[in-house]
Amino acid sequence: MDFNDTPEEASFRVEAKEWLKAHAPAQENYDQEHFLDAAKAWQLEKYEAGWACLRWPKEFGGRGVSAVAAAIFAQEEARYAVPTGPFTIGQGMAAPTLMAYATEEQKRRYLPKLASGEEIWCQLFSEPAGGSDLAALRTRSVKDGDDWVINGQKIWTSGAHYSDFGILVTRSDPTVPKHKGLTYFFVDMKSPGVEVKPIKQISGQSGFNEVYFTDVRIPDAHRLGEVGAGWTVSLTTLMNERAAIGSGSGGMGFDRAFGLASRIEINGKPAIEDRAVREQLADWYVKESGLEFTRARTQSALSRGETPGPENSIGKYVGARKSQEIASFCMELMGAAGVSMDAGIALDGGVYPQGYLAAPGGRIAGGTDEIMLNIIAERVLGLPQDIRVDKGVPFNEVPTGN
Amino acid sequence: MNFDFSEEQNLLRDQAVSFLNDKSPLSVTRKVLEGSAPYDTDLWRGITNLGWTATTIPEKYHGIGYGHLELCVLAEELGRSLAPTPFSSSVYLATEAIIQFGNAAQHEVWLGKLAQGQAIGCAAFTEVVGELSRKNLNASVTNGKLSGTKIMVADGDTADVAVVIARSGDSHSLFLVDLNQDGVERKVSPTIDPSRSHATVTFNCVEADLLGRQGEGLEQLNQLYDRAAVLFAFEQLGGAEAAMHQAREYALGRYAFGRPIAGFQAIKHKLAKMYVALQLARSNCYHGAWALSTNAAELRVAAATARISASQAYRECAEENIQIHGGMGFTWEFDCHFFYRRAKLLSVNLGGESVWKNQLISNIQHQRVA
Repeated sequence: MDFNDTPEEASFRVEAKEWLKAHAPAQENYDQEHFLDAAKAWQLEKYEAGWACLRWPKEFGGRGVSAVAAAIFAQEEARYAVPTGPFTIGQGMAAPTLMAYATEEQKRRYLPKLASGEEIWCQLFSEPAGGSDLAALRTRSVKDGDDWVINGQKIWTSGAHYSDFGILVTRSDPTVPKHKGLTYFFVDMKSPGVEVKPIKQISGQSGFNEVYFTDVRIPDAHRLGEVGAGWTVSLTTLMNERAAIGSGSGGMGFDRAFGLASRIEINGKPAIEDRAVREQLADWYVKESGLEFTRARTQSALSRGETPGPENSIGKYVGARKSQEIASFCMELMGAAGVSMDAGIALDGGVYPQGYLAAPGGRIAGGTDEIMLNIIAERVLGLPQDIRVDKGVPFNEVPTGN
Repeated sequence: MNFDFSEEQNLLRDQAVSFLNDKSPLSVTRKVLEGSAPYDTDLWRGITNLGWTATTIPEKYHGIGYGHLELCVLAEELGRSLAPTPFSSSVYLATEAIIQFGNAAQHEVWLGKLAQGQAIGCAAFTEVVGELSRKNLNASVTNGKLSGTKIMVADGDTADVAVVIARSGDSHSLFLVDLNQDGVERKVSPTIDPSRSHATVTFNCVEADLLGRQGEGLEQLNQLYDRAAVLFAFEQLGGAEAAMHQAREYALGRYAFGRPIAGFQAIKHKLAKMYVALQLARSNCYHGAWALSTNAAELRVAAATARISASQAYRECAEENIQIHGGMGFTWEFDCHFFYRRAKLLSVNLGGESVWKNQLISNIQHQRVA
């Protein structure tokens, strides 16, 4: 039971700390427009200094270090408010899929630009009729000469409006059972027939999009995996999803609630002196601490050369619910003014109501709470899958509802 | 970083598992729960022969001189098997208190006996219903003689020595009291968990030997509780995991509507949530073990965190285990109630969840001011 780095890990950490101290931009809040430029600038700086995509082989823009070393750099980088969000999907999900299924030439063409931040990728998976049941997706791909022609609609596509490429799952054969008729591609988002429409979320922001495909042509060379093997390829992407998304609290963590409870009064005394408040705070502290040390156990498993399994699903499940609870609790503490988004009234720039409006997304994106529980139940605890009435049924004969 | 038990510690775990599978199946727990014996003597003899009671005792007192990580491993396995013995009272409370606060003479008198199982120790603190506090601790020592009554003394009916908190002058101190002397009256006191015996112990002007510093009893008690909280948390963790496994096995084997109930989402999600609570508790327990074994400054926060998390996990796993078993779950015949009883006993024995949550926040406040 040892929290200390090995000598090699410790020297890598020092190197990372020193470089970050010298180069990480000062903390500031970026507006939506400048956020992307700032993110690209920071990614390029890391790339040029050899700190981007550390685990990737050198020829693709990485440094070929161990998973532990990469985790150490990520921990140190997380101490700074640096913008990294736009690259999460491309580097965390598209890249591992390309490494597994793309040609050598394609890897050399696309991976270094993913690492440098020059090109951004999005993930075109979910559809209006295929979310938790992803394999029910309907976007059609039809072979036409050396091309495929794509028609359909994707939804909840984060960053599609600024992405250069996307990974795309389509239905190439609707006459076979749903998992067997899928084919996987990557697509140039500037192709004729691709239309991106932002979705306004309840927070008022637009991080997601609808993406429409109308007779979009994709060369067969941009297919990843065999025709009809799209589900297998998708699993490579999805296995990396929960790791990439992690358990970010959106700023609504224990420290936020603890700080507010120390400033707000109940019956003329700081709220933090109220026993009910203290018990509530303790619950969140215990959860946060449990997640932190679960990550430490995961890192130890990585150190021993083990592959962490689906047990990581607990991070997102616990973290997302906790964020929503904390945002709600903080607003309740502030009385009627808790809901204020008036700059002259709201505390801390209205971060609590904003956090509350953002929180439902955290419990849905990247696999809903319920899907996370299914993953734990089926893949960790080995419980039976649900009975699937569409099992073995040709896709075009599956009931669809409205 | 290696935030896990070592290979040697896991070997010890394997030995513990095979011994307890053999000597402490749930039928042994049932025998004590249904009978009048305070604990299972064969099992206890086996445990003392293996030297588990000597784990952290220095070698010069017939101890093994291991650290607390080894004790955490044993605690988890004892908790998993619901072993009906006085181990926790004797080892986590009495032995710990004597090692921590005792003088050379007290070490000499008691540690060898505790190590070899020739004596059983216990802790006698509580006097009234409600949270432990300065004003409801009224047993007192005058001229070295203790008078007063302690309730909820785990293993107080069979122990040979007790760590007692009592007033002396205008403050509280800890004392060591030989329970085999005249003037000590013990009365078995039934609890929710008859597999662990409890007593009311009355002291009528009996010899009491100061343990640690005069007037520092409450602070020493807090220190003792922080250390014991980590060890009990491992027992809770083991018990919670056993309850979850029992629920999982039952759900896989029980058919309703033509299929295993483990395939219904309502049941799957229950089991998944039990697993989540267990993982959080396990990670917090490991941090507590690290803090305990290194005497880290974080021990107070780490111990409270481990205890709260383990109490929550055990409660959830024990309650939902019964729920998943349906009607059979609340019969005397099925074993589910053993976990339900033990979970609640271990959740309140050092003060309940609310007390520890309050303390946790106080400790965090101190930490942040410092």
